[in-house]
Amino acid sequence: MHIIESGNVAAATGVKLARAQVIAAYPITPQTPLTEKLSEFVESQELDAQYIPVESEHSAMAVCIAASSAGARAFTATSANGLLYMNEQLHWAVGARLPVVMCVANRGIGAPWTVWNDQQDSMSQRDVGWIQLYANDHQQIIDSVIKAFRLAQSVSIPVMVCYDGYLLSHTYMPFERPGQEQVDAFLPSFTPKHFLNPDEPGNFNTVTLPDIRPGVDGTMEPGYIEIRHNLHQDLRGALEVYADIDAEYEKECGRGGTPFVEQYRCDDAECVAVAVGSLSYQLRDVIDILRLEGLRVGVMSVQMYRPFPDGAIVEALAGRKSVIVFEKALSYGNQGPLYADIKAALYSRGDRPPMQNYILGLGGREIKTSQLLDALRQSCSAIEAIDDTPRWIGLKL
Amino acid sequence: MAHRDFCKMISRSKPGPGDGGKTGSWRVLRPILHAEKCIPVKAGKKACFNCWLYCPDCVVTKTIPPTIDLEYCKGCGICAEECPADAIDMVAEDSFSVKEK
Amino acid sequence: MRKDIIEIRWHGRGGQGAITAAKIVANAAFVSGYKGVVMAPTFGTERRGAPVFTSLKISPEKIYDLSPITTPDMVVVLDHTLLEEVDVADGLKDGGLVVLNAPKPAGEYRFGGARVGVADVTAHAVAAGLPPGIVNSGIIGAFSRASGLVDIDILIPAIKKEFIGKRPEENAMAAKRAYENTAFGE
Repeated sequence: MHIIESGNVAAATGVKLARAQVIAAYPITPQTPLTEKLSEFVESQELDAQYIPVESEHSAMAVCIAASSAGARAFTATSANGLLYMNEQLHWAVGARLPVVMCVANRGIGAPWTVWNDQQDSMSQRDVGWIQLYANDHQQIIDSVIKAFRLAQSVSIPVMVCYDGYLLSHTYMPFERPGQEQVDAFLPSFTPKHFLNPDEPGNFNTVTLPDIRPGVDGTMEPGYIEIRHNLHQDLRGALEVYADIDAEYEKECGRGGTPFVEQYRCDDAECVAVAVGSLSYQLRDVIDILRLEGLRVGVMSVQMYRPFPDGAIVEALAGRKSVIVFEKALSYGNQGPLYADIKAALYSRGDRPPMQNYILGLGGREIKTSQLLDALRQSCSAIEAIDDTPRWIGLKL
Repeated sequence: MAHRDFCKMISRSKPGPGDGGKTGSWRVLRPILHAEKCIPVKAGKKACFNCWLYCPDCVVTKTIPPTIDLEYCKGCGICAEECPADAIDMVAEDSFSVKEK
Repeated sequence: MRKDIIEIRWHGRGGQGAITAAKIVANAAFVSGYKGVVMAPTFGTERRGAPVFTSLKISPEKIYDLSPITTPDMVVVLDHTLLEEVDVADGLKDGGLVVLNAPKPAGEYRFGGARVGVADVTAHAVAAGLPPGIVNSGIIGAFSRASGLVDIDILIPAIKKEFIGKRPEENAMAAKRAYENTAFGE
């Protein structure tokens, strides 16, 4: 059934359908309406869960870690500085292999203080080891949240579902809410591989020596580097798992089929624009206009950023005449993080295209369709002028 | 499709004595229990057992009299500090003969 | 830039319910067959009493541009006192429409060459049994009449549904009264 609600409510509805059992959160704009909605669901007993208010984001993740360690389906949400305050616990959650799911309503990071959208917050967390999914609209928010719980429990790795603050979190648009039976069939309850069990006591995540060593029963225990290597291999393996989960969801709910990248008018495109989140949809209007002008252009959104779907990205971009990456994040002193990752993925290809990086929209600076039109028209029609230095859109210096 | 066996390797070990080896050899001071001062012994029933409660290595038993597992006792002296009857003395290890050790 | 999108900007004050009003119209538009419906409130801090606006875009096709409206086809003003603070007709397209809650006759208000629809929503809401100052249900009636975009018979049940537990009948009546008493000027 279709409903018209905000992106935050779309996320909360997904969490409710996924039957999260423990929710711990600390309010921060623009995420707050999401966890407020969840507290309403718990209060009205529409959702049978423990809602644990905490005094900080660090504690929110600590509670999720504890709940997940006990085998519960745990959820939290945050934005910007709240996410960064959680950082140490993010590393812990993934190192302990806990299937926590978290929404990040993307917001710029202070200083200077801002409440508006960019993607610096979650992009800066790309190296912690969490899986990162990005949604382009409300439908993808609710679907991604449900798929995220399934993915997290399948691979024992926490998942971040990211969506643009305000642009998606606070706007209203129609989306379809899957039925509870559909979600229950897709997302059965589960028993984690490792959890706190009084019948089978164990030492979890104690000091782990640099080298392997025998345990009390003589079996060899892995060292730190083995455990971390295993996490990396599991993350790479999660790509395949997510493709299957997405296909299954598509079969069940009729939506999906683009687990890694979503392409629009890319079939015969010489120039492909790349973006993450709602910006990639805004670019579709730009593509339509440029197509009328005779330019063979398309746009691709990256929907999973970690693990990095380099195979899908190379397949989509190798051999094009140019690739233009629009980013609301920056690895300060270098380039946009997605731009650098895509460039690295294409490096070994003889048919790698020239690439241009645009930085825009930081701290909620409005992105006008006309600006995107100018930038893309220029980069697609004068490929020889493309260079490796990021260009900024909308700066008023 | 068959996937890899996920989460095969985490930091999880079986608990048991000697996870860090036989730590008794680390000891500089040895706890010696004087049963005539020990409250449970004198009372003939379960009493304070602060030694058992506070021992960070769980080498003191909750028995009458309490016993201390010297294979693992590191000699920290917390039991002696916490004993309300001063029934435990910390005695230098080198005062015990090599043979006894 | 897309020609298929109808852009409606709602002006109100924080707490006055412009978002709820726009949401009810968005729902009704979707039910009426518009596939593309996007409603975007002012991004940022929410302060009671301060002027705010909400963008509502409606189209037969999915809408991808979430940015605020700058060239509206229609403007809805929940509170005529805003006229002294805000240029509500800013960017209004030629032949556009202004729907206004105001006590004076429609002829008293001019916004360039725009069509003007006026109803004393504040008074009609009180007459319908609502406490003074509840204008967001009533303005929907005036909007329906002036714009002809969404049928009042679809809006009335939508209002009742939105205001469950919050005087649904009175709110529906306020919209109905405003609908029947919207006057036009230029």
